[in-house]
Parts: sequence; structure tokens; C-alpha cells
Amino acid sequence: MTTTPVAGRTTTVAARATDLSKIYGQGETQVVALDRVSVEFRQAEFTAIMGPSGSGKSTLMHCVAGLDTFSSGSVRIGDTELGSLKDKQLTKLRRDKIGFIFQAFNLLPTLTALENITLPMDIAGRKPDKQWLDTVIQMVGLRDRLSHRPSQLSGGQQQRVAVARALASRPDIIFGDEPTGNLDSRSGAEVLGFLRNSVRELGQTVVMVTHDPVAAAYADRVVFLADGRIVDEVYGPTADSVLDRMKRFDAKGRTS
Amino acid sequence: MFRTALRNVLAHKARLLMTVLAVMLGVAFVSGTLVFADTLSNAFRNQSAKSYDNVAVAITSYANPDDPKEEPGLSRKTLDEISAVDGVAAAHGRVDGFAGVADPDGKLIGVGWSNKGSNFAPGKDGKDPAYTFTDGSGPVKDDQIALDKESAAKGEYQVGDRVRVATNGPVKEYTLSGVFTTEDGAVNAGGSLVLFDTAVAQKQYLKPGYFASVTVTAAPGADDAKILDAVEPLLPTSAEAQTGQALADEQARQIEQGLGSLKQVLLGFAGIALFVGIFLISNTFTMLVAQRTKEIALMRAVGASRKQITRSVLAEAAVVGLVASVIGFVLGIGLAVGLRSGMAAFEMKIPDGPLVLSATPVIAAIGVGVLITMFAAWLPGRRAAKIPPVAAMSSVHAVATTKSLVVRNSIGAAITALGAVGIVAGASGGGDNGRILIAAGAFFALVGVIILIPLLSRPVIALVRPLLVGPFGVSGKLAGQNAVRNPRRTGATASALAIGLTLVTGLSVLGATVGTAIDKMTTDNIKADYMVSMANGGDLDQSALTALQKAGGVSAVSPQQSVYFELGNDDFVSGSAVTPGDIEQVLNVDVISGNLGSLAEGQIAVAEKTAKSKGWKTGDSVPVTFNDKKKGTLTVGAVFKDSEFLSPVLVDTKVVNPHEVKPFIPQIFVKMDGGQTSANEKVLIDALGDNPAITIMDQQDIRNEFGGAINTLLNIMYGLLAMALIIAVLGVVNTLAMSVFERQQEIGMLRAIGLDRRRVKRMVRLEAVVISVFGAVIGIGLGSFLGWAIGETIADQIPGYALVLPWDRIGIFLVLAGLVGVLAALWPARNAARLNMLNAIKAE
Repeated sequence: MTTTPVAGRTTTVAARATDLSKIYGQGETQVVALDRVSVEFRQAEFTAIMGPSGSGKSTLMHCVAGLDTFSSGSVRIGDTELGSLKDKQLTKLRRDKIGFIFQAFNLLPTLTALENITLPMDIAGRKPDKQWLDTVIQMVGLRDRLSHRPSQLSGGQQQRVAVARALASRPDIIFGDEPTGNLDSRSGAEVLGFLRNSVRELGQTVVMVTHDPVAAAYADRVVFLADGRIVDEVYGPTADSVLDRMKRFDAKGRTS
Repeated sequence: MFRTALRNVLAHKARLLMTVLAVMLGVAFVSGTLVFADTLSNAFRNQSAKSYDNVAVAITSYANPDDPKEEPGLSRKTLDEISAVDGVAAAHGRVDGFAGVADPDGKLIGVGWSNKGSNFAPGKDGKDPAYTFTDGSGPVKDDQIALDKESAAKGEYQVGDRVRVATNGPVKEYTLSGVFTTEDGAVNAGGSLVLFDTAVAQKQYLKPGYFASVTVTAAPGADDAKILDAVEPLLPTSAEAQTGQALADEQARQIEQGLGSLKQVLLGFAGIALFVGIFLISNTFTMLVAQRTKEIALMRAVGASRKQITRSVLAEAAVVGLVASVIGFVLGIGLAVGLRSGMAAFEMKIPDGPLVLSATPVIAAIGVGVLITMFAAWLPGRRAAKIPPVAAMSSVHAVATTKSLVVRNSIGAAITALGAVGIVAGASGGGDNGRILIAAGAFFALVGVIILIPLLSRPVIALVRPLLVGPFGVSGKLAGQNAVRNPRRTGATASALAIGLTLVTGLSVLGATVGTAIDKMTTDNIKADYMVSMANGGDLDQSALTALQKAGGVSAVSPQQSVYFELGNDDFVSGSAVTPGDIEQVLNVDVISGNLGSLAEGQIAVAEKTAKSKGWKTGDSVPVTFNDKKKGTLTVGAVFKDSEFLSPVLVDTKVVNPHEVKPFIPQIFVKMDGGQTSANEKVLIDALGDNPAITIMDQQDIRNEFGGAINTLLNIMYGLLAMALIIAVLGVVNTLAMSVFERQQEIGMLRAIGLDRRRVKRMVRLEAVVISVFGAVIGIGLGSFLGWAIGETIADQIPGYALVLPWDRIGIFLVLAGLVGVLAALWPARNAARLNMLNAIKAE
């Protein structure tokens, strides 16, 4: 795994969180999930968010992706400030600007693979860009599986459909929540490969939450979270460097 | 295991809610009906016991007053002899018949069939024990009457007022001498009772000096049976005596029989509710079992036997059934009370009495509720037992194998085919046997279709899918696919509506068909502008005919007077005496041979079928024996085509009237210059002396009169539809709530990738509408088929029969079904839209 230097890449920001806090409960029972987190996700960059469980990595992603509300601070997708949006506008934003890949329940069992891929555009009432769709399908290698239903596809194939769906509507940014969590290592590697290719070849922006150092090594940059704060950042990670960094958390956890 | 079952019930309270509601409704109907019937029959029994309280012996004459050879009733002499019998305190002679009272506007007070007139029969003390006067006193003069309190109140009459009373003769005016209360049955049924002086009543209803019945009161300490023995030898052969007790018992028995049919109708509603409920209950338990697959597998893994699993599900059902039944029973008592006051509101007077709560309704209601629930849960219970222990380890839900659907579909297809064959065979066979065959076929077809519904759901719903995608886009597309995702569940949900709509559509088709046929028949056959008849369905006086003949603007008038005479050598033939020359102007007479003018020459006209069977032709002479046994010959002057509105034999009134004591005229047809106008109607009313007891119907009224029974029946059946609709709503709510629960993650994902709340709601709502309308379409299809089949069996009895599909009503049914869906989806759709996206998409 070679590292990719940041220099020379475009520096336009696709999404940005500033002083983002998320607090559950009040008083004695108050839990701070995110504590004044500031982070930028640049265009055409593949970012992995890592951290021990309970570090707030999923919460961070949910807040930036407009799935969850936050207590204070600001989140911007492109030029849009999320904090002021109502549910209806948030829904529209997710539909038009964001792509999602989840750990499970990614696909509707009643729809074929192709229908699942075009679902966000169906919802928006837009016609898919035929050429782009072809490119995406070609890339994930699903051409001969398009009329299959999810129950007829393997787990890896299903997740590839999910990747294709996220890419098909050309969103500003794609969020993945443990996208390889339910897959065996080979299928996982395939899916991650597609995600990296989409960044390299298609200029897509991808943010992925994971706890797997091998998965994180596919990213251009890894952001480490602990106790609701960003504690470190690594560019051009390798599985080993990520693992080392993670081990330090554990050690710190034990000593402190 | 029972503890597990109980825990499960408590854990799934919300999900069992609809099941509880469905069982509760059914049980409420069963218990409400039984308690209501018990209460009612108890009240009636007390009432009839009370009305015969003072009666030791009652004597009724069955003599024919028109037979000159017989004593027409019980004479004054017989009455005196009875009064003299040992132990008799008093004997009151009674004579009664129809009497209608006009309110100040000239309208009839009370319902037509129970407007009674009788005589005031004072004893030596000047009082009649049957009537208690609250104001004034009994009528003792020719021009006096007394009225029951309620009728007097309705007409706002005070003692001393002049009251117009119609018997079947002309209207007369009387002075109101008193107002009374009574235990008389007719009055209690919402009718009116007029008391005349005895001599007036005798003249009116029988013959001067004679009574139709006698009631005997006993002296203190006298034995009713001994009086009966002493009275019997004094009576003419045509009279019968009974003790008051025996009469009260007899009346109570008749009331109970009358209530029996009401009870059956109500239990029918309950039966439908419970039958439809079975699907809902079964659905719920299937889903509960599916959700609990892992739990059950775990229990199996730690050593529970299959039997124990089944038993645990059944125990759960029993607990649910019991809770629902107890609540249902309490509701049922409320329903019984409500029914009673409801009937009072419809002027059906019911005697007061306490609410009767016997053991039978309690046992029946709760037994039915518990057993139905357990029965419905039995299949899901068995399915639960088949879950292998290994399922505890895997995350895969036990999916129904296609094999069982293949078996199910083959069985369903066979049963449906059997039913369809039965229905078609019955339709082509016709008659009563045909109808029995159709009923059996209908049962099988319904059961078969219910079994097949899961299979049918895919193609039928696939047909409407384009309609959903067009206007509703992605919500519609997803809804259409969700609706067929679990065909069994969709099928069971749709069945509830299908059953109700099969019954109702069948009857609507039949009603529309028969109604149209009757309309056509009436229009084709009745040329008269008006039909005049008595409100109580009795006969009109001769004076009415004379009055109509004299009325201005009347161009033709003919009675249809019932005549019974022996024609030819053998039996009685029913005929109509009519006015020659006018009859063909008021009714359509289709002459095949001869001419109707011959009626005026004293000849007869015979219907084609009768002529054929008797072998008569125009010009033949036929021997006749009239009602008074006089013999003669009549010539056949014409043969006409059979018609529902014409008797087989027509004859001039002048020919038969000399032989009749009193002509029996049920109706008179009138044609007027200028047709049906309010002025003409006024002329007729005036001509008949503004008689409240006579009804004048124009052609539309006549059509309503004949079609009325069908509409009443249809309205009862629409009640059935309402019942099925309520259960169907519960069923759809149930299914949707479960579906939304099972698809939380999916819905969460859809929300995440951009489906807004409004469209999530719409998706759930459309699914509900699709399922409901699917059920309705199945029901309407099957119902129309049944309506056609039953119609075929009666087609030969109705000339001009043609199948009519009531598209307007069918359209309403479909819209109603759609509304059921929208209504049922309210709550589940809200739930779906409010789902917490983050919880929903979290991995297991």
C-alpha cells in the first residue's frame, strides 16, 4: 500500500463540521457524544473515521450526513448549513446531495438490483444519466445481475449494488457506515476497491466509518476519534500504521 | 409453559390489540343478542301473562259469518248462559276488526296493520275489566267511541272532540267519550284501538246480536278448569274455549318464535364477525410466531417438545380469547340495552322488564370467544412447533416453503372448481333444488377462493400496479410490491372484505335484477294511474267502488275483486271480477283469441296456461258452481296471455255479485283524464270521503310497494357489510402495523436516502388501499357470479327477466373498500413516518 500525498489535490471542501457538539440527556445523566468537533472532508478524498466503540464516530457521521440532529455548532454540505433545515429540506438534501452505504439493510427486497440502484433518482423523480449509470455498473461488475432480486445475490454482490446506488445519483458526498462490517474479507476488499476507484477515477468524495484497520488503509486519510473528540489524523495510512495508532488508544485507555 | 405464554401475551399487548378487538366484537354480538332475546321474551311473557291475568276462560268463534247455514258467532243467549255458570263472575262478549283513526290532518294514526277496533263491553258495574279509563268513560251511544291513550295523544284529541274513524266502509264521525289504557297486544305493538258501543261494533264487524269471542272472569276461589268444563257444552261447534293460562302460554310461545328469527339474524351478524375474525387472529399469531422464531428455537434447543410449543401458542390464544370475551360480554350487555332503546326509537313498543342475565349467554359467549381464538391460532401453533432448534443459531427467518403453497393452491383450486361446478349446475337446474346446490356451491367457492387468495394476489395486484406508479411514483411502486410481499398475509387480510362483499354484491345483483324486472313488469302491465287499497291490506267496501265510479275525471275504473268458484268439473279456480270495458284500460290484457268485449255479455276470459291445462277454447261452455253453491254455465269469450297482475279467470262483477254475501275487493284500479296529477289525486281522496284507512298509490308508489321487500332485505345486508367492514378495518390495521414493524429498517433506509415522511405515509396508505380493493374485487366478482346463478333459478318465474349489474352500487363498494384502506392506514402510516431513522438502520 503506497501513500498518496495530499499536495496537488483540489482543496474544495465537500462537507465541513465546525465546533460540532451532540449531547444526550441533561444534568447528572448528561452524555457528551461529540465535543466541539471540527473537521473538513475535501472533494475527491476518501476519508475513514476510526475510533474505539463509544468514541462518537458513528454519531459524527450521522450528524454530518443529515441523519441526526446536533446540539450546537455547524455542519455544511457544500454551501448548505444543515442546522437550520427542517426534516423535509434535510430529506431533500440527502436525496440530492448525499449517497449512503450501510452495514446491512441496504437494499429493498422487492426491487431488482437495477431498480435498487436507481431508487434515489426514482424518489427524486429524475431520469438517471444513462452513460453514467453504465459506467457505475461496469465498475462494480454487476452487468449480468441487474434483474436479480437481493435474495438472489450474495452479501458481497448486495453491497456492490449499494455502492452503485450511492454512486449512481452523483452525490456531492457518500457516507458509509461500516460498509464491510457484514462481509467476508474478499468481498470487503472488492467493495473497498470500488470505493477507492470511485474517488480516484470518478472524483467522488467518500467518508466511511469503520473499526477495521485493513478497511481504513484503503482511505486517503484517517481521522481518529476518542471520547467525542478528534485526537489524530493520518494521511496515506497503511493497515499497520492504523493498527499501531489504535493500539496506542488501548494503551492510553489502560494507563489513564 | 403456561407462564411463558402469559409472559408472551403481556409482552405483545399492542400487537394483540386488533385480535382482542375482533374477538371482542364477535363476542359482544353473540352475548348482546342472547341477552337481548332473553330480556325481550321475558318482558313479553310477563306482558301476556298480565293481559290474561283476569281471564279465566277465553272463547273464540271460528264460524264463517257469510255462511247462511251457520250461526255467525256467539249469540247473546250463549253469553247469558255462560254468565250463569257456577263460579263465573262475569262474561264479556267481544267483536273486533279494523278501525283507522284520522288525526286532525286526515292522516292515519299508527301503523296500518295493527289499527284495531273493538266493542266496549261493560259488566253489571258498568266497567269493562280489559280497559282502564284515564279520562271520560266508555262509549254507550251510537256515535260515541273511546280511544287508547297514546293514539289520542298522537291525534291531540280530548274527550268531547269529534273524531273521524274509518272501518272498511265510509268514514264516520264520532264523539270521543273516553281515553283508556290497556294491555292489548295491538296497542302495545304501536297500533291504535278504537272502542265502539257493542251494538255498533257488532253491526260493523259481524252481525247484530253476535260476538266473535267471549272472555270469562272467575269469581274468587273458582277453578278455571271447572269453568272450562262447564262452559264447553254451551258452545256452538264452531267455537273453542281455552283457559286464560293456556292462552297466555300459547301467546308466549308465539312471541318466542317471532323473536327466534330476530335472534337468528343477529346471531348471523355475530357469526360473520367471528368468521372474518378468524383470519385476523390467525394472521396475528402467524406473525407473532415468525417474530419469535429464535425464541422458539431456543426453547426447542433447551428441551421443549413440539407439543409443548404448540400448547404454549394455544395457551397464549386462550388467554387472549378469554380477556377479549370478558370485555366483549360486558360490551354485549351494553349492546342489549342499546338495542332495546333503539327499537323503542323505531316505534316498536316493547314492554318494560328487567335485564335478564342467565347462564347460557355467559357460557356461550365466552366459550365461543375462547374456542374461536384457539382454533384460529392452531395452525400458527403447529407451524411454530415445526421450527427446528438450529434456527436459534442462524439469523435467517423461517420462510414458508413453496411446497406448502403448491399443496395449498391445488386444494384451493379443487375446492373452488367444485363450488363453481355446483353453482353452475344449480343455475341451470333451477328451482329449489338448484338453489340448495348453489348455496352449497357458494360455500365451497368462497372457501376455495379464500384458500386461493394468496395465489390470486400477485396477478390481480400486478394488474393495478401501473395505476399506482403513474400518479404516485415511487410510493405507488413500492406499495404495490409490498402488498404482494407476503401473499398469505395479504390474502388473509383481503379475505375479510371479500367475504362481506361476496354476500352483499350477490344480494345487490339479485335485488337490482329483480327490482328492474318488477319495475318493467309494473310499467308494462299497469295502465291505470292509481291503485286504491286499504291501509291494513284488507278489503274495500263496495261504496268505495261506487264513489270512484262517480268521481269526476275518471275515465276507467275496475276492481280486482277476488272470486272463488268451481269451474269445469273439479276444483276451485281463483278469478277476478272486473268491470268490462274498463279492465283493458287499467291493466294490460293481451288477448290471444276471442275478444274482451264478451265479458260484458256475461262470458269469461281465461288465461292461456289455465285454458291449455283445462282444454278450453274460445266459445266453449263451462259448468260453474258459485260461492253460494248455485250452478250454471259460463262461456269462454276470450283467451289471454298469463300475467302477474291478472287472475287466471276474468269475469264481470255483475255475473258473480248476486252470489256473494259481500264482495271481497282488495284493490281498485283507476284511470283518469290528465293522468297522474295532484289535482286528480285530490279528486280521488275527496270522492272516498278523505278516508284515512284507504291508500291511493300512483305508479311509482306501486313499484315501490312491490320492490319494497327487496330493499328492506338489501338494507339488512348492508348492515352485514358494515360489520364485515369494521372487522376488515381492524384486519388491515393489524397487517399494516405488523408490516411496518417488520420493515422498520427498510423504511429507515428509504428515509435516509431521501424518501420524505409524506411519501412514506403515502406508501403505507396505498398498500392498505391495494389490499382492501383487492379483497373487494374478489368479493364483487364472486358475488356477481352468485347473484347471476341465483337469478337464473328464478328467471322462469319472472317474465322479462334480465341480469342487471348495479354498477353504481358496485362502484360505491369499491370506493368504500378504498376508504377502508385509507382509514386503516391512518395509524400504521403515522408510525412508519415517525420511525427513528437511526434506530431503524442500525445493524442487528
